[in-house]
Amino acid sequence: MSAPVLSPAAADRAEREERHEVASRGLRATRRRRLRRRSVVTVVLAVLAVVLSVTALMLGDFKLSAAEVLRTLAGQGEGAAPFIVMELRLPRLVLGVLIGTAFGLAGALFQSVLRNPLASPDVIGISQGASAGAVVALLAVGATSGFVVPLSALAGGSAVGLLLYAVAWRGGMTGHRFVLAGIGVAYVCTSIIGYLLTRSDVKEAQLALLWMTGSLGQADWSLVRTLAIAMVLLVPLVAVVARGLSLLLLGDEQAGSLGLRPEVTRAAVVALGVALACVATASAGPVAFVAFTAAPVARRLLADGSLALVQAALVGVVLVVGADIVAQHLLPADLTVPVGVVTGAIGGPYLIWLMASGRTRTA
Amino acid sequence: MSAVLDPPTPSAAPAPPGSGPAEPRTTGATRGLLAVVLLLVGLALVSLASLAWGARDVAPSAVWDALLAPVPGDNDHLVVRDLRVPRTLIGLVGGAALGAAGALMQGVTRNPIADPGLLGINSGASLAVIVAIAGLGVSSTSGYLWFAFAGAAVAAVVVYGAASLGWEGVTPVKLALVGAALTATCTSVITVVLLTDTRTLGEYRFWQVGSLANRPLDVLTTVLPFVLVGLALALAAGRVLNALALGDDVARGLGQDVVRGRLLVVTAVVLLCGSAVSLVGPIAFVGLVVPHVARSIVGPDYRWIVLLSMLLGPVLLLAADVVGRLVVRPSELEAGLVVAVIGAPVLIGLVRRSRAVAA
Repeated sequence: MSAPVLSPAAADRAEREERHEVASRGLRATRRRRLRRRSVVTVVLAVLAVVLSVTALMLGDFKLSAAEVLRTLAGQGEGAAPFIVMELRLPRLVLGVLIGTAFGLAGALFQSVLRNPLASPDVIGISQGASAGAVVALLAVGATSGFVVPLSALAGGSAVGLLLYAVAWRGGMTGHRFVLAGIGVAYVCTSIIGYLLTRSDVKEAQLALLWMTGSLGQADWSLVRTLAIAMVLLVPLVAVVARGLSLLLLGDEQAGSLGLRPEVTRAAVVALGVALACVATASAGPVAFVAFTAAPVARRLLADGSLALVQAALVGVVLVVGADIVAQHLLPADLTVPVGVVTGAIGGPYLIWLMASGRTRTA
Repeated sequence: MSAVLDPPTPSAAPAPPGSGPAEPRTTGATRGLLAVVLLLVGLALVSLASLAWGARDVAPSAVWDALLAPVPGDNDHLVVRDLRVPRTLIGLVGGAALGAAGALMQGVTRNPIADPGLLGINSGASLAVIVAIAGLGVSSTSGYLWFAFAGAAVAAVVVYGAASLGWEGVTPVKLALVGAALTATCTSVITVVLLTDTRTLGEYRFWQVGSLANRPLDVLTTVLPFVLVGLALALAAGRVLNALALGDDVARGLGQDVVRGRLLVVTAVVLLCGSAVSLVGPIAFVGLVVPHVARSIVGPDYRWIVLLSMLLGPVLLLAADVVGRLVVRPSELEAGLVVAVIGAPVLIGLVRRSRAVAA
């Protein structure tokens, strides 16, 4: 039998509807694929983070098994395990997790809003400002304990952040202006640090250098608790600006026409990035390259052009905890180094990989 | 009905070659010449200041006598001839090398935040100096000299070689990334050594801030040929950089051999920056800030930018040295520390003022 005869208008409509159905089916399939990839990547990263964390708690002079570690965490440890896990290793691990999250998010925020994969808190002076503050506290004031050094580092980093904000204010925060001003300020901070390093006792200079390398060694519960409170305040703010940031990536005009105020959003994102970088640096020193690498790696894994903030945080955690395991336990000749040395050493091959894979723009 | 077109007016005829539109080329050259003259005067003044001022002030007439008719036994003349003349000369040569190297780096990477250390030169030199101090017990500046130079050269060769792998050869981005990678790796190794060896840290921290002091004149004479060759190459490279500035494809279209041009520029950078780091230590900031100042004076023509950077570099470096000697008399601040304090406000001022930098 022949097909039902339709009037021309109806046939037109039917064809259009069929095309629409095919297109939306394709769109749904793409969305489902993206969502699946996103979930897979996020879950894999989370599992990796957990595995590394448990491993970090197991390794050390006094080796524990995974079962013992898990039992201790659940409150049922016995013997020396509770002390070792809860007092010695867990603070260090939690510090590492918080640092990794903070640096990962800060790097992602900076690189997205400044649209430059070379613009991380390391480069634009925040790390150097925090280091200058800490070195002043360590060498000029002679403080070694308590909260003086972290507070001083926080003050230094925030001062640089505010200065950059003031410099970039009228001209806007995009492009090379901001980065150049940051580099200038970074060099001034480096001068201050150099001056103090050459005018102090060599042993103290070595302590200062240790701090500046980025280390989880001074983790204790009071420090971790303070950092955790700061993170609890800052991380929800990241969720708030994330939507605005995704719109910003469309370009100022598009974003503006969608009801966003680009300059305000950009300032808020930068301020948040600076705050995260500052609290993290104040707690553990400027751990090299975490902020720089976490976001590009996360975005490459997701490969869908999105901001990848959650994934960047997870990559940061994996990086810091993994590097600390290597730094403490996996180096030859019983050498232990601060975590910053390992992350810095990772930075080299990572940059080479970036270059070899050919893509150097964000996403 | 078609629109009536005006017959072409004389002013719409193509301008005769060589004159261009009303302003830029003539004005740029005039400004350049004026700047060169002013900078030469400034250089003379700052050199005089470097010879006259310090922990012990020497009157200009005494400086003149010390140079031309020295009286043995006169303390002023001694200070000027034995301490300040070498220092001033090293500042002149080192500053010129750093300024030119910075201009070349920014030109070849097409990146306004490039500094001479970007190719990993400074970190390679630093690692070599660490090896010298820690492994071989060297402890004088002239001793570091060849290590620093060798380290700089090896680093540059490694970076250039690694960046030339892959089908597209050396590109500015690859150079910058590989340079940053080498710097990261060297820094990690250096840090491990410094954290474990207190004696090495004790010596290295002084070399690392960068200073014009305590360098005997024979260091300068050893390095001078390399600097002179490097400066000559830099002046020749100005034309190459102008061609490269518009992108590789445009450069090739203009007849510029991109590969050879880039190689020329990188060779000049290695000679200049390697010499500078052997002379005064790793002071990268001069090379970062001076080309920006030059660009704000003469515009984007790299032949002028390189020339002005060659003159601005010593002015900045010597000025920093003099200030360092004056602010904490009778002791002194190393020039490398003061350079950033003087240069950063200049850079930030330029950044705020000039729209050109925002590109």
